Amino acid sequence: MNFLETEDVVKQYANHLALNKVSIQVPEGKVFGLLGPNGAGKTTLIRIINRITAPDSGLVRFNGRESQPEDIYQIGYLPEERGLYKKMKVGEQAIYLAQLKGLSYQEARTRLTHWFEKFDIMPWWNKKLEELSKGMQQKVQFIITIIHEPKLLIFDEPFSGFDPVNAELLKKEILELKDAGHTIIFSTHNMSSVEEICDNIALINRSQVVLSGNVTEVKSRFRTNNFTVRFHTESGRLQEIPEMFSLLTEKDLAGTSEVRIHKEPEISNSALLSALAGQTEIISFTEEIPSMNDIFINTVSGTNTTQA
Amino acid sequence: MNKIGLIIKREYLRRVSKKSFLLLTFLTPFLFATLVFVPLWLSTIKGDEAKQVAIIDATGKYAPLFKNTEEYTFITEKGSSLEEYRKNPDKEIFAFLNITDDLLQNPAAATLYSKKQIPMGLKNTIDKTLSEYLKDEKLASYNIDNLKQIIEDSKINFNIKTIKWDEDGGEKSTSAEVASILGMILTFIIYMFIIMYGSMVMQGVMEEKTNRIIEVMISSVKPYDLMMGKIIGIGFVGLTQVFLWGILTSVLISGSLFFFGGSASPEDVMTAQMAAQGVGDMAAGSSDISIQIQEIINSINFGMIGICFVLYFIGGYLLYAALFAAIGSALEQQEDTQQFMTPIMLLMAFSLYAGIYSMNNPDGPLAFWCSMIPFTSPIVMMVRLPFDIPVWELVVSFALLFATAIFIVWFSAKIYRVGILMYGKKPSIKEMIKWVRYK
Repeated sequence: MNFLETEDVVKQYANHLALNKVSIQVPEGKVFGLLGPNGAGKTTLIRIINRITAPDSGLVRFNGRESQPEDIYQIGYLPEERGLYKKMKVGEQAIYLAQLKGLSYQEARTRLTHWFEKFDIMPWWNKKLEELSKGMQQKVQFIITIIHEPKLLIFDEPFSGFDPVNAELLKKEILELKDAGHTIIFSTHNMSSVEEICDNIALINRSQVVLSGNVTEVKSRFRTNNFTVRFHTESGRLQEIPEMFSLLTEKDLAGTSEVRIHKEPEISNSALLSALAGQTEIISFTEEIPSMNDIFINTVSGTNTTQA
Repeated sequence: MNKIGLIIKREYLRRVSKKSFLLLTFLTPFLFATLVFVPLWLSTIKGDEAKQVAIIDATGKYAPLFKNTEEYTFITEKGSSLEEYRKNPDKEIFAFLNITDDLLQNPAAATLYSKKQIPMGLKNTIDKTLSEYLKDEKLASYNIDNLKQIIEDSKINFNIKTIKWDEDGGEKSTSAEVASILGMILTFIIYMFIIMYGSMVMQGVMEEKTNRIIEVMISSVKPYDLMMGKIIGIGFVGLTQVFLWGILTSVLISGSLFFFGGSASPEDVMTAQMAAQGVGDMAAGSSDISIQIQEIINSINFGMIGICFVLYFIGGYLLYAALFAAIGSALEQQEDTQQFMTPIMLLMAFSLYAGIYSMNNPDGPLAFWCSMIPFTSPIVMMVRLPFDIPVWELVVSFALLFATAIFIVWFSAKIYRVGILMYGKKPSIKEMIKWVRYK
């Protein structure tokens, strides 16, 4: 079931169309990657989901029905541009923001204590935010985002500003939140993290969704049918079989050869493998699956040139 | 607790608990009281003991005229001691008054000598004593009967008594001076507070925008609630400050009066304030004048003025604070505020001057129109309030002020909602007005 859906959302700013009939489907309990180059309209879409701005036309469905003002209590939002009150004490600030998300003072306090203990940052409670380092502030903001245990979490570039150790910690937290049943929208340019944590994606470019679906499915859509085969050179060279595969490049390396081949689409991997195995002694056989990074670049530059 | 309540609470508590607020609130009345009372107090300090002034009077006519005061004791000396003193100073004697001849014939015949700089007080005492005697002597020399009496009678110090008829035709003494001064004080308070607290709203809005917390905030609360919460919270801070200043100032003034030995009834406090501000010629003294002042004070409807003051304060503050909030939302850089602030500051300055000029004619066209126009009325009306203006004028003025304030709040909220999320280029006023139409 889709926890959140947008349907033909359109948003027009003075001289520019920020979103052009954008429809996305975010399944419940999954991590959804909202991808796209800078200025594609991701932030506008997130703001519409957060009810910060209203769409000119189109619909946002929350949990199966049209989004209501109260739904914002069910959303935790970590904006790309982080910011909190610099002069306010960390604990007081977190409780205030949690109260604005509908928690009672007592409840907010109890939960905050839990999180501060979990992250081992109790000593920061009575410090002013400006006394903390940038990384520490990020941690505090992350806690503030999730403290009201919202059903939907929206993280806009969550790893920016974190060192690798803390980024790993954060990734672990995000996956834990997913396992606990939260639905997560994850907006980023960092494609390697998309492959690690996203179940589904939508790629927005120039105000439109240009690619969407399950990560594995999207990737298979972009298969090139190219394979790299390594084998012992003395066990025999590969011969092209035009109706099955063609040879692309060949390289000899200290007794082994590495050959890139292109498979005909209708041939299955197993059939190809047995055909190859009949010709030579195979050391390794790898399908060249495009990374999300390649898909991103290809799709974005592809749509840009067709539109240009 | 609802959202707007939470925001008001945070804005209020955060500002009220600031050291700068506490210092300003509690020290200003002390500073004010100090400015009024320290000179008063210092002037009442007497020297340790009276200084001796020796009179060497060759004519013998003048020496008996001098009466001892608290500060100076006059003693009569023989002529020789002046020269003796000059060479061999006698510390006991502070100054010598040497009179060598009849002063009516020879005005230069009197000289005051001292080793020290002669205080104005002593010189004035001597001048006054001698002038009075010499004047009488001169008058007597004309040989006209009752001349002294005639001159006394011809001295007229005119101060017209102003009476206001109330509804039943009863009479009340009024004082244009008292009413004007009261009006002026109220005008300045409103002017100052609108500027002070209006800019505080703008600073607060800009702080949220530049700290980038705004996006987190408005994913929890409506921009309108956030803006109004801030405006109302800061408005309460302003009212708290006015209230505390009022109480502290009265307490301090009553306390100081008590310290000076007077009874500390509110009327006396007012009397003292009037006296301190040099109103008319109501120098303390005869009970007649103090009754008159009391009557004048009673003729001013303080309850009515108080209520109107608070209402105008609220209306004027809302109107301007909303404008300030809209400006703050559109800008990121402190330097950019000047361009947008200038028209508002000019409007405020115009209101203040209109108020000052309205004082001479509180029912004139300038005063009337400026107390109707919502942008100037909170300030200008303060000048007119103590002059008992017609109820319909008040009602119309209030209606216009509050209707405009509500419109400006609506208008500003529209700009605010878009402005707080706009980063980068400084928008023009034209662009800001375009934002109002955004969905």
